[in-house]
Amino acid sequence: MSTTTAPDREAPAGERLADWADGRLGLYALAKTNMRKIFPDHWSFMLGEVSLYSFIIIILTGVYLTLFFHPSMNEVVYHGSYVPLQGIRMSEAFNSTVNISFDVRGGLLIRQIHHWAALIFLAAMFVHMMRVFFTGAFRKPREVNWLFGFLLFVLGMFTGFTGYSLPDDLLSGTGVRFMEGAILSVPVVGTYLSMFLFGGEFPGGDFVARFYSIHILLLPGIMLGLVAAHLILVFFHKHTQFAAPGRTEKNVVGMPLLPIYMAKAGGFFFLVFGLIAIVAAIATINPIWAIGPYRPDQVSTGAQPDWYMGFSEGLIRVMPGWEINFAGHTLVLGVFIPLVIFPLVLAAIAVYPFLEAWVTGDRREHHIADRPRNAPTRTGFGAAWISWYFILLVGGGNDIWATHFHLSINNITWFVRIAFFVVPVLVFIATKRVCMGLQRRDAEKVLHGRESGVIKRLPHGEFVEVHTPLNQAERFKLTAHEQYQPLEVGEAVDENGVERKLPRGEKLRARLSKGYYGEGNQIPKPTAEEYKEITSGHGHH
Amino acid sequence: MKKLSARRRHPLAAVVVLLLALAATGGLYAAFAPADKAQADTSAQSLAIDEGKKLYDVGCASCHGTGGQGSSEGPSLVGVGAAAVDFQVGTGRMPAQQPGPQIEKKRVQYNQKQIDLLAAYVASLGAGPAIPTSQEYNPAGSDVAKGGELFRTNCTQCHNFSGEGGALTNGKFAPDLEGASAKHIYEAMQTGPQNMPSFPDTTMPTKQKQQIIAYIHTINSSKSSTPGGLKLGGLGPVSEGLFAWIFGLGALIAVTVWIAAHTAKAKKS
Repeated sequence: MSTTTAPDREAPAGERLADWADGRLGLYALAKTNMRKIFPDHWSFMLGEVSLYSFIIIILTGVYLTLFFHPSMNEVVYHGSYVPLQGIRMSEAFNSTVNISFDVRGGLLIRQIHHWAALIFLAAMFVHMMRVFFTGAFRKPREVNWLFGFLLFVLGMFTGFTGYSLPDDLLSGTGVRFMEGAILSVPVVGTYLSMFLFGGEFPGGDFVARFYSIHILLLPGIMLGLVAAHLILVFFHKHTQFAAPGRTEKNVVGMPLLPIYMAKAGGFFFLVFGLIAIVAAIATINPIWAIGPYRPDQVSTGAQPDWYMGFSEGLIRVMPGWEINFAGHTLVLGVFIPLVIFPLVLAAIAVYPFLEAWVTGDRREHHIADRPRNAPTRTGFGAAWISWYFILLVGGGNDIWATHFHLSINNITWFVRIAFFVVPVLVFIATKRVCMGLQRRDAEKVLHGRESGVIKRLPHGEFVEVHTPLNQAERFKLTAHEQYQPLEVGEAVDENGVERKLPRGEKLRARLSKGYYGEGNQIPKPTAEEYKEITSGHGHH
Repeated sequence: MKKLSARRRHPLAAVVVLLLALAATGGLYAAFAPADKAQADTSAQSLAIDEGKKLYDVGCASCHGTGGQGSSEGPSLVGVGAAAVDFQVGTGRMPAQQPGPQIEKKRVQYNQKQIDLLAAYVASLGAGPAIPTSQEYNPAGSDVAKGGELFRTNCTQCHNFSGEGGALTNGKFAPDLEGASAKHIYEAMQTGPQNMPSFPDTTMPTKQKQQIIAYIHTINSSKSSTPGGLKLGGLGPVSEGLFAWIFGLGALIAVTVWIAAHTAKAKKS
């Protein structure tokens, strides 16, 4: 463009470069639409960023580690600088990991950053997912992105697990053995699957090399694609925002991508990197030199997977060792049932958005995030799921709980068995009650204002507390949420007294809907009339 | 007799008598002297046993019975050996403070001399492993790496890969090995206190015990180095996960809150 408008002036070098790029990449049009892209500001909206940045850190440090790691199970004798392993036979994988830790410059720090970042990556994804859940940010149009995020979490679990197994140390070898046992428990095909995966009898000489390509290529490749899709959808849908004056379902209020948001996000990346590096510099993670090389005849107590697999460990630890023998075949229910429940625990949270959409029949788009208290049933369900997950983590670490709280491991196991069924129900009920209490408090605040702590004595001797009324913006925030009506299915019989035919599941849907929005399940929010009536009165009520 | 009598003036008679007398004295000495020595030894031993018995009657008999035969409160001590006493009393486990799933370590109640007396008494009840000499338990110069291999084969199941201890059934546990002396580790292996299996010399020779002790002292003592930084209890992924959540993610969430609180604000008109 500059060539036609100013033929006599030589454009600056930067402009010429930009023109060159625009002619080939269409940068100007892209920048025009995207530079002013708006992101709303809230601390909880940055949890996804923490996940993204820790993922990038994992990739960067992982590349460094691949330069020195040998994914081979060939047996070698250790002659490196760590004396307590001198002369011990080990796989090349273990040997190279010990070498990375002691003989490669910066190796131990990079290894620890890689591993700590992995734990933090999964934890950040978990918290990010719960933020999305509790604010209802999974509702239309974001259901697909919710699933992408969920898949990222699950893939992250398995990428983490394969990475944890690569050093071929005693701890991870026990974990892989655990996995082999779970596969073997699958009826009919278990043995074949195990032989296929390990290339013969466990542990064989293949699994490190196989896990290596899964860990550094297959799973991260899929994850990168999903991350890209996840981010594109965030761009496309735009970010949700909390209700406030001026914010509607049709706009986004916040900072533009360039320059403010980019500057903040870039700085935030370095803060995340710096913090993880500090953690990695301060605290040991997975000291494989102390754990020792894997040998199938050795095992250590306290053999747990990394935290994100802890709930599967819990399932297997608390499951009674049931076993059925049928016509010469053994069905190891004590292992197989946990294997079946494992994906169900994860699926329970993944399918919730679809369940809620079905119950409410809500097909509109939602861009205003809910406050958790205004969706008591959803919040109750989410809290119950977290408690379920946590109970299983307790089961997975039952030995550590026993030694550090001076408890009996048997009692903990029984507690977890019962709590597995009971605690989520109790947490659901309690959370729902708390949410409704908070809704009542909001209604009270809107109508009567905030308690000021100032006690006034009236002429006739009565003491009253002065309430400060909320301003309009605050009242708007507290009353912006929608109130739904429960679904009605109508009479069970029609006007002729003949039983009406309802679509399958419709009755159940109506019952659930009542549980969401029926009487006693949500607090009616204050109406403008109520507010006027109270404020038009004289002073206090 | 006449013959003898006739020769009593013989010039060699005195020599013969001298020889006979020497033979008799030497024979008598040979017959009695070792016995005499043995008796003297027994008396010192029996003195220790008597003294030990006195201590035993005060501190131990209420549970283990007046003759060490055991009772409903405590096991028989016949045949446990001096090493068991030295370990149990020397680590403060005995005398027991209270019944429970397991008798725990506490402040040592007797001095080493008293412990030796108690050990002498209990050893007198029946043959058992003796208190090891420093030559037996001293791990100096042992192959640490070999000890590590033995440790992982025999000990980590209960004591954890770095000897931090672990849970057993019904509130029992394998203790943390940090600070355990070479002698006590040796005695524990030899005698198998409480829930621990014993590893007598027939299954684990002295040399291997020394190697294990050397390994434990290398990886889990106040002088052990932790190349990676804080060892977080040496418990593995549970404590690591907790640390990642609280100090890793916790700090990062604090950062998100901090950044969100310092946002660019629109100018107030």
